[in-house]
Order: sequence, then structure tokens, then C-alpha cells
Amino acid sequence: MNMHFDINTDTLDLALLEAIQDGLPLTSRPFADIAKQLFLTEEEIIGRFERLQNAGIIKRFGLVLQHRPLGFRANAMVVWDVPDEEVDAVAERITAHDFVTLCYCRARRAPVWQYNLYCMIHGREREIVEGQIAQLKQAADLVRYPTTTLFSTRAFKQTGARFSPSTQRAKPAP
Amino acid sequence: MNDALKIDTIDRQIINALQGGFPICDEPFKKVSSWFGIKADELIRRIDALQQQGLLSRFGPLYNSERLGGAVTLAALSVPEERFDEVNDMVNAHRQVAHNYARTHKLNMWFVIATETPEEIDEVIDRIETETGLKVYNCPKEHEYFIGLRLEL
Repeated sequence: MNMHFDINTDTLDLALLEAIQDGLPLTSRPFADIAKQLFLTEEEIIGRFERLQNAGIIKRFGLVLQHRPLGFRANAMVVWDVPDEEVDAVAERITAHDFVTLCYCRARRAPVWQYNLYCMIHGREREIVEGQIAQLKQAADLVRYPTTTLFSTRAFKQTGARFSPSTQRAKPAP
Repeated sequence: MNDALKIDTIDRQIINALQGGFPICDEPFKKVSSWFGIKADELIRRIDALQQQGLLSRFGPLYNSERLGGAVTLAALSVPEERFDEVNDMVNAHRQVAHNYARTHKLNMWFVIATETPEEIDEVIDRIETETGLKVYNCPKEHEYFIGLRLEL
């Protein structure tokens, strides 16, 4: 399933993505600064970024937050076992709630893990998040599905997926 | 709210507004700074300060790594409590492990593996299983319904 049209990313696109993987330069003309680094023009850099964003390769530009230092310590992963043919409809009811931050369908790992539909709720207070989960279960008509809630108790690593074609090139052959 | 945070109302407005997107144009900071009633150089200074305080992991693009040939999955381990720290170190030592959380379940360690190729996911899982002696439950994504991931401050 692919909601975007396909484009080919060329070597320059990859160089561009690598140049900003730690962030956009915090300068008055950030795209001109990237352009200088890659010996291109500002217009070309802007055009390429627009194309990458329109193609869905860049999902979004903006601030990426660290939840915990901002006080969002109650992070709940709520999971359900929903029959495959009902998953799309159930997910639609879940994502209608604005306190839901993510919603995915994932492979089950029976018998240890029977759940296939996941949603994340990030909040400051566990009691408030528990209230939101209860509200969600009622409002989205989820009561009949087996479910469990996993709160995170500690976060060990929050680096985010990195883009690193250079490390791929540098990797020794297996 | 954490009282130790050194952020004011304008910082909050910046955080709330700029999670949703940022213009791609020649002077983007100038373009959006007027939303907050400040000048471009002050906006840049404030974003830099938020980053210095460790409140932002990044100011830039969120990639769709699958569309760049990469792969991402969520995996879980059931770790005996007395081995938790040791196993945690082993898992986090892999640079492909992007997030790792302790969670309240028999499967008590949940981590995201992000790799440059789909095959590398299996390699990382094999290595973690060998190193820890524990079974890795791999739960790859079948469909993504929503990735708002916006927090209101």
C-alpha cells in the first residue's frame, strides 16, 4: 500500500538528507547554508526539499520533542486483539480521538502476544491517561476486544531513526 | 508541569506551532517568527535554547525511512528482572536500536530497530538473541493509521 507517487531519489537527494539529519541549520537562510556545503544553489536545495516532502520521503519538517524532559512521562501503549477484517474500522474510531498520538497495526506473536492494534497516548499524569483510555474504550466501542495497557517506566534511548548512507557504504562486506 | 523548565509562553507557542510543520523557503524563520510576535533572530535563539536544554531531539525533517530503502520494526523481550540492566546494555549497544522503553508487561523491554536495509533487521535480532540468550518477539508494522505525535504544552 503506497499513498504517494514514486520518485527516484538520486545521490544528491541522499547527500541532502544526510547533510540535515541532525537538523536544519539555525541561521537566517538555512537552505542557502546547506547549498554552500553541497555546491548547489539555494533554489535547487529548496526545490529538492519540496519534492522530497511532496513525495512523502520527508514526512514533516519541524520540531521533534523529547517527551520526558517536557513532563510527558505517562506514556501508554494500549493494544487490542481485533479480528483482521475489523482493524481498519476500529483504527478509524481510535484515531478520531485527539489525545491519541500514534496508531498502528502490527504482526501478532501468538501465543505470547496476541495483540495486533496499537495506539500510543502521551500525557503528564498517569491518572489522566488512564481516564483517557477508559473514555476511548467506551467511545470507540472497544470493550469487546481483548486488551492490555503497557505504561513505560523508563526510557533508555531516544535517538530516533537516523539516516546514514555513509555508514552503509563504510560497512565491511559480510 | 515540570517547574524546573526554563520556558515561557512564547517558547510554548513555538513548540506547539512548529511540531506541525515548517515552511521550505529562503527565509523560513523570518516567515514564521511573526506568528509569535518576535523577530527571526530571536526565534532562532529560542529554538537553540530549547535544544540546549535537551527539550528537542531535533529541529528538522522526519523521514519515511522505508521509502529510502530502510526498515523499521518494534521488538520486545521478556527479561528476568535481575538481568534487566545487563540485557538493556546489550540491546542499546546496537546503533540500530533507536528507542528502548521498559514497560509494564511480561514482555518488559520494547525497542525500535531502524536499519538501512530490511535484511539488517533480522541480523540485529539474531545478534541480540545470541548475546542475551532471550527470544526477540518481532512485531513489524502492517499498517500505519496515524502519526500525529503532537503534544500540546
